[in-house]
Amino acid sequence: MSGKLQEVRLRVYRYDPSNGGRPRYDIFSVPVKKDTTVLSALLYVKEKLDPTLSIRFSCRMATCGSCGMMINGLPRLACYTLVSQLKSKTITVQPLNNFPVVKDLVADFTDFFGKHRAMKPYLLRIDTYEQEKSNISYRQTDEELLKYIQFAYCIRCGLCYAACPVVATDKRFPGPQALSQLYRYYIDSRDEGGGERLEVVSDSHGVLRCHFAGSCSQVCPKGVDPALAIQLLRRELLFGRRTG
Amino acid sequence: MAETLEVDVAIVGSGLAGLRAAIEAARTSNGKLSVGVFTKTQVMRSHSVSAEGGTAAVLYPEEGDSFQSHMYDTVKGSDFLADQDAVELLVKKAPEEILQLERWGMPWARRPDGKIAQRFFGGQSYPRACFAEDKVGFFEMSTLYDTALKWDCITFYPEWVVTSILTDGKRFVGITAIEMKTGDFHAVKAKSCVMATGGAGRLYSFATYGYSSTPDGLVMAYRAGAALKDMEFVQFHPTGLVPSGILITEAARSEGGILLNAKGERFLKRYAPERLEMAPRDIVSRAMYTEILEGRGFEGEEGMKYLHLDLTQIGAEKLKTRLAGIREICMKLAGIDPISEPIPVRPVAHYFMGGIDVNIMGKTGLEGLWAAGEVACVSINGANRLGSNSTTECLVWGALTGRQAAEYAMRNGVRELPKEKVEGEEKRIFDGLLGKAPRENPYDVRNELQQTMERRCHIFRDEAGLLEGLREIKALRERLYKGVADSSRIYNTNLVNVLELENMIEVSEVIVISALNRQESRGAHARTDYPRRDDVNFLKHTLAYYTVEGPKLEYISPTITEYLPTERKY
Repeated sequence: MSGKLQEVRLRVYRYDPSNGGRPRYDIFSVPVKKDTTVLSALLYVKEKLDPTLSIRFSCRMATCGSCGMMINGLPRLACYTLVSQLKSKTITVQPLNNFPVVKDLVADFTDFFGKHRAMKPYLLRIDTYEQEKSNISYRQTDEELLKYIQFAYCIRCGLCYAACPVVATDKRFPGPQALSQLYRYYIDSRDEGGGERLEVVSDSHGVLRCHFAGSCSQVCPKGVDPALAIQLLRRELLFGRRTG
Repeated sequence: MAETLEVDVAIVGSGLAGLRAAIEAARTSNGKLSVGVFTKTQVMRSHSVSAEGGTAAVLYPEEGDSFQSHMYDTVKGSDFLADQDAVELLVKKAPEEILQLERWGMPWARRPDGKIAQRFFGGQSYPRACFAEDKVGFFEMSTLYDTALKWDCITFYPEWVVTSILTDGKRFVGITAIEMKTGDFHAVKAKSCVMATGGAGRLYSFATYGYSSTPDGLVMAYRAGAALKDMEFVQFHPTGLVPSGILITEAARSEGGILLNAKGERFLKRYAPERLEMAPRDIVSRAMYTEILEGRGFEGEEGMKYLHLDLTQIGAEKLKTRLAGIREICMKLAGIDPISEPIPVRPVAHYFMGGIDVNIMGKTGLEGLWAAGEVACVSINGANRLGSNSTTECLVWGALTGRQAAEYAMRNGVRELPKEKVEGEEKRIFDGLLGKAPRENPYDVRNELQQTMERRCHIFRDEAGLLEGLREIKALRERLYKGVADSSRIYNTNLVNVLELENMIEVSEVIVISALNRQESRGAHARTDYPRRDDVNFLKHTLAYYTVEGPKLEYISPTITEYLPTERKY
């Protein structure tokens, strides 16, 4: 569990648009143990050193997806990154790349959630009466579940979006999170959206825009492989038919 | 001056109950009503995502399970304080909610034939907890959030911190809120409202709850005139990971995990000889605490004593498929692989049986205002909730209240907001607090409050300790000099934390006073000076009403339809 106290330097990106709007870095010295996470180090700063620091966080168990940020240059969840694992005396924390900044480490997720929504991330059924009003259960085998379940682990933390080189240059590209969620519903045996689902990503800013850097899958804290989802979507788009 | 906004139905909170209510309000009106979901967090960040083990429902009566059995288990689990008509409604509505989630895309675990699978949970006589690995709350939230996106009439107001409920004395008329991103203060007119702001577990330092779980909704309703019911009943879950307090699901025991003390004894034999680890949470947590108090715990590095949850006999395969989430957390944050090593655990604040007093349909005492989920007290949980019933409650009463709030909104118009109250609230927050350096660090005050609750109002309680706790809370209230160091209007979490702290102090006082006055032991409320249940004097719900001098208590009897109290043995 814990261990003896050591010190680490946190180099924290600071920005308040209402206050002249010039970003700066503040440096804080924080005592840490073996099991101290970057989130708890930042909370130490907020509670003991500088209450004006803005951070977004909640569950501290890598499930709510609130505390994504750039930590030593890589998008990570602060609650799931141990200070000790970083093996550096100075840790630099910045808001997620590819997102507008609200304040300090807090990123604006409006576009991100909008892109998720544009994928129609819900089960589409032809018989909507049955879906909404009946009292039946659709059947699903383990094999069918396995086709989409890994993509359903997505906690919408935005790390993949921050890592994506295409998002950085093409604002209309939905990004790996949204595309993996499109695939999650497309391939669910209970879904009847079929080929129509692909129309929204068939233009030049859509699924074909991805150049498979694979960084999205690298940074996902939940083991989702958005690059695979995009590849499978592309296959569906090019070969037209739901091959599964 | 406050920006004014208008919606038909306001939902406060975006956890399971709030999302379920929003969808039901949209469905009920066929998309004609505007439904606004106002939430302190981003949507999908509410702490319901961290529910792990299961959602209870009777799905296969042909295999022996029955509504009767689910009902009796729940009533007995509640130490006979639950309202039995409400429990009956819960068990009868539960299956349709499970199936509805399924038809919206929930990845329930399946049997080989493709039907929904179920597992055992503590105090439940049949395996009736539907599950999806050990990420049930997460998948339920995902499913509801995604489904809510189908409705154009549902608008999310993420990171809008609701600060008060506005009434005209007896009717709900609107809410006030701070929009975090801009710092703007809003007055929202609405025809009806569902409060779904969840539990308040951050009153304790060792808690499974996320940092956002503070009693804001409870206090808003309390100040607006609604009663807080049964607040003395706080559930301590047996297995919080030491030292973080992260929940290790009860499913770990249902899949075969056992609890061991430092002498290697499976001590539950002495406390619950029949059900052992699968006894209800109040009983298991008391047993664990007793073991620790009597010196049979392990000594942690910072004096935090603990016991072992041993999952090694479950086997790697099952651990990886059915308990993947907790295994990942143990490995990542504690450096332990439960396949080969025991997990250090101790009882941890987990759930509030009490909440805003509502009737069986989830309606508060204020016209136009409903409450659902953990923030509400119907009561189906009485003095102790059974595992896997809370997510069910969120779904059932989320749907019920969402529908009623919509029906009410279709019959009624918006009313004028009380201008002086809106102005008063804006002044309280922005003129009164912002940019004034506080004399005391609010985070220190919060930490002391949490220590008070841990020391004085934990699993075991007595009069001397509770009185001391009350004195400490009053002293902390005096020390909460109202000021916020951060003067920025933009995303000022320092301001939100100070507002939360005031709410925490208010509710802590209600909890301690309610506990002090309940001179018996029932469910999760164990008084060492009154060790027996007293059905003559205390087979009653506590109601606490807000007054300027402090909470005023009243008592009402629970609804008993079928089961008279008997001795509770497991």
